[in-house]
Amino acid sequence: MKFGVVVFPGSNCDDDTVFALRYNLKQEVVKLWHKDHDLQGCDFVILPGGFSYGDYLRSGAIARFSPIMNEVVAHANRGGYVMGICNGFQIVCEAGLTPGVLLRNNGQKFISKNIYLKSQTPHSMLTAGLDPDRALKIPIAHAEGRYFADADTLKALNDNDQILFRYCDADGQMTDAANPNGSLENIAGVCNAHRNVFGMMPHPERAADAALGNTDGKLILEQLLAVLPASF
Amino acid sequence: MIFLQLTFSFVGANSRHKTTTNIILEHVETLPTTETARKLGVLPDEFERIQQILGRTPNFTELSIFSVMWSEHCSYKNSIVWLKTLPRESDKMLAKAGEENAGLVDIGDGLACSFKIESHNHPSALEPYQGAATGVGGINRDIFTMGARPIAQMNSLRFGNPNLAKTKWLVKGVVKGIGDYGNAFGIPTVGGEVYFDDCYNTNPLVNAFSAGIVEIGKVAKATSHGVGNPVFIVGSATGKDGIHGATFASEDISDKSNEKLPAVQVGDPFMEKLLLEASLEIINSGHVIGIQDMGAAGIICSTSEMSAKEGFGMVIDLDKVPTRQANMLPFEILLSESQERMLVVIEKGKELIVKAIFDKWDLHCAQIGEVTDTARLHFYRHGALVADVPAHDLVLGGGAPQYHRDYREPAYYQEFKKFNIDTVADVTDAELSTVARHLLSHPNVASRRWISQQYDSTVGTANLSTNRPSDAAVVRVRTPERGDLNKSLVMTVDCNGRYVKADPEIGCQIAVAEAARNIVCTGGEPMAITNNLNFGNPYVPEVYWQFVGAIKGMSKACLKFGTPVTGGNVSFYNQSSDDGPVFPTPTIGMLGLMENAAENLMTLDFKTAGDLIYLVGTSQNDIASSEYLYSFRGVRESPAPAFDLEDEYTMQQAVKTLIKNKLVVSAHDVSDGGLFVALAESALVRGLGFEVSTDANYRKDAYLFGEAQGRVVVSVRPSMQAEFQKYVGAVAKVPHALIGRVSENGFVVDAATVLSLGEAADLYQNSLGKYFE
Repeated sequence: MKFGVVVFPGSNCDDDTVFALRYNLKQEVVKLWHKDHDLQGCDFVILPGGFSYGDYLRSGAIARFSPIMNEVVAHANRGGYVMGICNGFQIVCEAGLTPGVLLRNNGQKFISKNIYLKSQTPHSMLTAGLDPDRALKIPIAHAEGRYFADADTLKALNDNDQILFRYCDADGQMTDAANPNGSLENIAGVCNAHRNVFGMMPHPERAADAALGNTDGKLILEQLLAVLPASF
Repeated sequence: MIFLQLTFSFVGANSRHKTTTNIILEHVETLPTTETARKLGVLPDEFERIQQILGRTPNFTELSIFSVMWSEHCSYKNSIVWLKTLPRESDKMLAKAGEENAGLVDIGDGLACSFKIESHNHPSALEPYQGAATGVGGINRDIFTMGARPIAQMNSLRFGNPNLAKTKWLVKGVVKGIGDYGNAFGIPTVGGEVYFDDCYNTNPLVNAFSAGIVEIGKVAKATSHGVGNPVFIVGSATGKDGIHGATFASEDISDKSNEKLPAVQVGDPFMEKLLLEASLEIINSGHVIGIQDMGAAGIICSTSEMSAKEGFGMVIDLDKVPTRQANMLPFEILLSESQERMLVVIEKGKELIVKAIFDKWDLHCAQIGEVTDTARLHFYRHGALVADVPAHDLVLGGGAPQYHRDYREPAYYQEFKKFNIDTVADVTDAELSTVARHLLSHPNVASRRWISQQYDSTVGTANLSTNRPSDAAVVRVRTPERGDLNKSLVMTVDCNGRYVKADPEIGCQIAVAEAARNIVCTGGEPMAITNNLNFGNPYVPEVYWQFVGAIKGMSKACLKFGTPVTGGNVSFYNQSSDDGPVFPTPTIGMLGLMENAAENLMTLDFKTAGDLIYLVGTSQNDIASSEYLYSFRGVRESPAPAFDLEDEYTMQQAVKTLIKNKLVVSAHDVSDGGLFVALAESALVRGLGFEVSTDANYRKDAYLFGEAQGRVVVSVRPSMQAEFQKYVGAVAKVPHALIGRVSENGFVVDAATVLSLGEAADLYQNSLGKYFE
C-alpha cells in the first residue's frame, strides 16, 4: 500500500503523519503538494491535521477548492481510500466526501488532551480488527470538533453503520462527561456510505510510537495494513 | 521646505550617496527640536549626541530612527553594562549571547539547539489577545531566522488578582492569543508557569520561549556583506501597526497607554507558518548571505543590525516595500512593526531561485535595495533621500548609548529581613485540612490544566511528557531525514518573583537552581539558560538595585550549575502609576539534554501503594516567602526562603545519580506550597494517596508548607530500600529522610486524614478554571 499525505500550506501534522507511517508502520509514503494535480499513484490518501489555509473563515472551507482536492475527490469517487484526520476530517466534510460538519467545540475553547474512544463497527477497513470493548487513548487538539449532522443524516449514519468511533471514558462508558466537545452522540469518527472515505477528529498518528508512551493510535493505523476481507 | 528630486537607481549608488548628506531632503516643515526629541523618548543628551554623529540636526525620519534604535527595547542601554557580567562561555556554546537572534548550543550528532525567551508585556497589557499572539510569533521568528525549525514552545505568565474582572479579561485573552497563534503555527507548547499577585494587576507579564533544531553547518546569520547583493523584504505587507512599539515598551504603563493602541501589532499565524517553511527553504538553498526577522523597530532595526555586523551599508527604496495602505510616511514604513516579515540579503544573481521559493509559498517577496560599502543606510522615498544614517551608531555594541544607572538598597529589604517566625503561630492539627485546601486550590499552586489544555501540546509527536509527567518538559529530537535521534531536549521556565523581591540576589539564584532541579529531577543534564528580565523603571534607583542584585545572583548560580547565559531579553518599565513596580521577575528558561529517554526519563508520579517516600535535602524551620505565609497567614513581608547554593548543587548531583542508577521510581522537586503540595502532585497523577509523618524537630507548618530550597521528594521500591539508603547515606552523603509511604487512601499526615483523594483531586484539578469560566 502506498500512502500519500497531502500538504496544504498550513498543514502542521503532515510530518507527524509521514513519520508514523514511515518509521512506525514501515510503509511507503509520499507528500502530495496542494498545488499539484497528481496523486503519484497512491492507494491511500491522508489529509492531515493543521490549519490548511489559515482557516480564518471556516476550517477546511478553502482547502476543498485546492487543486489537489480535485484529484482526491476523483480518487474517492473511483473507490480509492481517503482518510481525514482533525483538520483533514473538516476538509473531507466540507468537500462532501463524508456526511456532517464539525462545529466549534461546545466549550468554545481549543482542547488539547488525551481522550478515549471505542470502535463502533467491525465493518470498516479502519476499525475491522479493533476490539469493540477496548477504550483507546488518543490525543485530540482542536477548536472545531463538535460533530453535527441533521436528524436524517444521523439516522442514515446509524442505519448504515457508518459511525466508526465514539468518545468514551477510560472504562469505555460513552457518557456526556466523556464527550470533550459536544459531538452528537459522542461521534468521533465516521465513514462515507461506500466505506472508502474515513474521517476522525482524534489524532491516531500522535499515539503511534512507543517513545511517546502510548501506542493505541498505532492499533488504529495498523488496521489499514490488514488484508481487506471479502465483505468490503 | 527644500525639495529636490533625485532619480533613484541601484546602479552606481555607492559613489553618489557618500556626498549626499548636504542635500538631505526634509519631508517635514521644520527640523526637530529637543522638545520633539523628548516626545519621542530621546533624552536631551542623546539628541545632542545624534547631532554630533550626523554633523547636523537630524530630520524627523532620522530622529525617529534613533529614537527606536536607542530605545531601551532595542539598545539595552540601561542593562547592557550588567548583562556583560553574566557568564556566557561554555564548550557547548556556538554563538555568544547577543551575537545572533537567539542562543545556540551544540547538542551533538551535528545538531544545535537555538532557544530564547522574550517578553510581550506592554502590548499584552493593552490588547491581551494580539499582544500575546504576536509575542509567540516574534520568538518563533527569532528561532527560524537562524535556520532552526522550532520544536517546542513554553511561556511564563504573571497576572494580577484573579478575582478582578480585568485580570479575568487579561488571562482569557492572553491564553487564547498564545493558543490560537501557537496551535495554528503547529509547534507544541510543552510547559510554562503562571503566577498571580496584586503587583501585576495593571502590568501583566507575558514571556514566550521557543526552541528549535538546526544542523550546525546550516545556521543562518543576521548579517550582510557583498556590495551589490540584493536586499529583499518578504512576508506580510507593511502597515501602520506597531509604530513606535519599541519606544512604547520602554515607558511605564499609564492611563495614557491606551492612546498607544496602534503600537500593538496584529498577528497572522498562517503567514508565520508560510514564512517558516519558505525561510528554511531559502536558507537551505545556500544563497542567503544574511537573514533577520522584523521584530521591534521593524525595517530600520533589521537593516541597521545586519549592516553593522560586518561594517557594510545599504541603500533602500521605501517605495518598493509592499505596504497595506497608500501614502505611508518614510518613518512609518521604517518603524512599522507589522508582523511576519523578514529581511533577507542574498547572493546577487540568485534572485530568481529565491523568488521561486517565495512564489511556492505564495509570499510577498520584493527587492527593496542593495548592499553598499558606505557603512551607512540611505533610505529613499518618491525618489528623494529621506534619511542618511550610519548603521554602526544605531546599534547595541556600536554607537547606542550605554548607561551606568545609580542604584540604592530600598528600605523594605532590611524590613523584610526582620521577619521572626515566632510571631506566627504554628499550624494546629485542626487547621491542617484548611491549609491543605487553601494551598491545593490556590491559583498559584493548583493545576494549570485549564490553561495548558488550550495549547496544543502533542503536535509534532515529540512531547514525551504527555503520557509521562515530569518536572521539566522532555521533547525528542527527530528530523524527517534522520528519523528519531534518541536524544531529547529537556526544558523548563522558572521564577518566583516574590523570592526575588524579598532578596534579588538569593531569589534569582533560586530561580536558576529551581530550573536546574526540575531538569535534574526529569533525568536531564542542565546545559544553558536564556533569561527574561522583567523589572520596573530603571531610572528608579531602588528598582535598579533589584536588577543588579538579580544579575549578580544569576551569575553565581549559572557558574555553579555550568549553565551559561545564551541570551534573552530585558523588559524594564513594568510598573504602573497604580501599583508601582511589579515583582522583579527574572524568568529563567533552562535547556537540558537527555540521551535515550526510554532509559533515562524520570517521572514525578508515585507508582504503587507501598512504595517508600523519601525527602532528599534538608528540612528547615523556615516559612519565609512561602505561599502559606503570604496568602494563608497574610504576612507579606519576609525574606527569601532558606537557600544554600552549595547544598543545592550537592543534592542535585545526588538525585542525578539516584535516577541514573534506577534507585528511585519518581522524583519531584519541592517548590511552591512546600512538601505537602509536592506529595499531592506526585500522588494525584495516578489517583494514589500518601501516609507521612512530620518531624518533631521542625514546626509543622515549616515541615509541610515551608518553601526552603534544595529538596526533592522521591519514591523508592521497598526492594530497593537498602541500596537506596547505602547510596544516599554512605556514598553521596546527602541529608535524606524516610517520611512515609505511598497509599491508596487519601492524604494522611501523622495518622490523620487531611484530605480525601476525591476532594484533593477536585480542588487541585478544577480550582483555577473556576476563576475564568
